[in-house]
Amino acid sequence: MRHLYAVLLGALFGGILVKAEVLSWFRIQEMFWFQSFHMYGIIGSAIVVGAISLQIIKRLEAKSISGDLINPADKKFNKKGNLIGGIIFGCGWALTGACPGPLYALVGSGYGIILVSIFSAMLGVVAYGILKDKLPH
Amino acid sequence: MIEFISKPWPWYVAGPAIGLMVPLLLLVLNKSFGVSSSLKHLCAMCSISKDDYFKYNWKNESWNLLFVFGIFLGALFVAEYIPTNELVGISTATVTKLSSLGISDFTGLMPSQIFGFDHISNTATLISVVLGGFLVGFGTRYAGGCTSGHAIMGLSMLNLGSLVAVVGFFIGGLAISWFILPLILSSL
Repeated sequence: MRHLYAVLLGALFGGILVKAEVLSWFRIQEMFWFQSFHMYGIIGSAIVVGAISLQIIKRLEAKSISGDLINPADKKFNKKGNLIGGIIFGCGWALTGACPGPLYALVGSGYGIILVSIFSAMLGVVAYGILKDKLPH
Repeated sequence: MIEFISKPWPWYVAGPAIGLMVPLLLLVLNKSFGVSSSLKHLCAMCSISKDDYFKYNWKNESWNLLFVFGIFLGALFVAEYIPTNELVGISTATVTKLSSLGISDFTGLMPSQIFGFDHISNTATLISVVLGGFLVGFGTRYAGGCTSGHAIMGLSMLNLGSLVAVVGFFIGGLAISWFILPLILSSL
């Protein structure tokens, strides 16, 4: 069942990405050129809804449907890694016009060429895996 | 209702809908919202590298691979059953600026002059598709997350590291869109 739920939640997210146009290269350039509120409104309101939801989950000590206490772990904070890695990802985001979620959604929308980007992204992960001990974090 | 679903959604519908992915994933799967680690699990699944970085049981993270498979399916479903014939609703300022940089086709989600197999050997396509993808993979693993994991999940948790990462996303994105993209498009 968990497997089916994971696919269904992904499908919901994928559908939203298309309807919101956030997987569009045009929207990403528009965002970085500060020519529309659309992307900022989406990311901003998503954070507000996410933050309020998390507070409610915490206050109610809510449990997941499998009965486990929900207590998401904080991400590890690497001052240099987060900044440098973030800058590198930002460059990739503007070049492809897509972050990872939209990459998968673009393939679903019929852009087969984005499979090349996904494969390239995997090679990027491999390169990071090989270099990571030499990089500042 | 049908008309609402079939049209592109405004930000105040789409944003909260994306935000609800955070509690949904926690309540249903007890997992933190995030997409980019799927790229690492794909590498581990395909045994693409022998590096220690990939020596873990990717099957324990299979929910994440199923989630991104779902993203693909969801987009496919929308494209098949509730497509829009409209152009992406970008501002006229963006259309003007892109036109002046050489973009002439505004149909679809991405400019056909760059994102098509016919152009795979063009400089603009290689940089956008191949180099761009590489930087997405490298950067997200280096930063430990992407727009969903850092910008939405991380900032929802008021995580300082995520704020640093998101500042980085914008430094990189702004630099490319303002200074590099015009050069790339000049090769069209």
